[in-house]
Amino acid sequence: MIIGQIKDGIVLDHITAGRGMEIYKILGLEKLDCSVAMIKNAESPKMGKKDIIKVGQVIDLDFDILGYIDPGITVNIIHNGELSKREHLTLPERVRDIIKCKNPRCITSTEQELVQEFRLTDPEKKIYRCIYCEHEAPKAEE
Amino acid sequence: MNNLIDIMEMSTEEIQELIDKALDIIDNPQKYSDVCRGKILATLFFEPSTRTRLSFESAMYGLGGNVIGFSDSKSSSTSKGESVSDTVRTVGCYADIIAMRHPKEGAPLVASRSAGVPVINAGDGGHNHPTQTLTDLLTIYREKGTLENLTVGFCGDLKFGRTVHSLISAMSRYKGIRFILISPEELQVPRYIITDILEKNNIPYEEVTSLEDSMPKLDILYMTRVQRERFFNEADYMRLKDTYILTPDKLRNAKESLSILHPLPRVNEISVAVDKDPRAIYFKQVANGKYIRMALIMKLLEVNA
Repeated sequence: MIIGQIKDGIVLDHITAGRGMEIYKILGLEKLDCSVAMIKNAESPKMGKKDIIKVGQVIDLDFDILGYIDPGITVNIIHNGELSKREHLTLPERVRDIIKCKNPRCITSTEQELVQEFRLTDPEKKIYRCIYCEHEAPKAEE
Repeated sequence: MNNLIDIMEMSTEEIQELIDKALDIIDNPQKYSDVCRGKILATLFFEPSTRTRLSFESAMYGLGGNVIGFSDSKSSSTSKGESVSDTVRTVGCYADIIAMRHPKEGAPLVASRSAGVPVINAGDGGHNHPTQTLTDLLTIYREKGTLENLTVGFCGDLKFGRTVHSLISAMSRYKGIRFILISPEELQVPRYIITDILEKNNIPYEEVTSLEDSMPKLDILYMTRVQRERFFNEADYMRLKDTYILTPDKLRNAKESLSILHPLPRVNEISVAVDKDPRAIYFKQVANGKYIRMALIMKLLEVNA
């Protein structure tokens, strides 16, 4: 399969195979006018299979959301056909309004206008806890 | 803004400062009797309480200040659907400091972001109760002269008991502490307390079901009530409520130097006959609650004697 090179844009590489569509939706890429390519199950020496998203324009990305959902993603920024910047994502310290607290005793269960905020308490086990009630967040892979 | 939402926001040095201040207040109450003149404490209790609310009020009066507030959410605008943020924003216009109890976990944190005055968490659901922890620490310090090298047993509802979670977290920062966690399996401490606090900091602990077997090892026995209001299912509450009842007989193997604490109210988990035992210090603990809250109010209002 041939997908043309990007002149100016973004390539999200090393997406865990099968998560490409989820990331496409979360980033709202369907709203863009430029060309967007979603490659599923591309061969990868490191990962076996991976997904890739190519966006034909430089857009603002929420690295926290991306890092939380799939911290292995590499973000490549392309200018004039050349790689101008490469970002390796990490787990963000805090995530806001991505996940909801499931604790029925949490204040967010009754005051729904509150920002749903979680902080990383155990990077090794990728555990996030609600900043209000400290209830553990469901894991992104779940 | 100075707030107290979670005991772990305070360093052990800050806690010691408060304990020292409370001890000075106990020795010299007159010296402090007017330091909060003209200041107003608002006690916002969205959930019933006797001890905590009255001890805050007594503490503020003991410092020469005044108190406003409510003791039931039905008598506040919350019953009309007002948010926590709006309620405390309003109260912050009338008071210099707020003590708040709320059934929802995290409500005091939300309050602290919009009150405009210091907020003290006076208990949020089954989550935190930092001023009870300060009370417990002052009580232990007064009895033992130290907060180090102690074997501390917690008995009863360790799952929903917020005082237990906060005291384990706070004491885990002192040297030579060992915990014995005595509960039925259904009411064991949440896993995160074990993994994030005890195992992470290499603190020795045992999880057991027998109170009698653990008794001889204990320097502190912290009894708790199985709280009806934390259960969604009445049948579970009825099944577990009488699992541990402390009687004089069960204390036969205990150390002479044991101190028995309880955050109160008790239902029947400590027999009234134990009250006469000099090791039973839960009513001294109640008195300490007032003094440590006086010290805390002074610290948050930045007033000195």
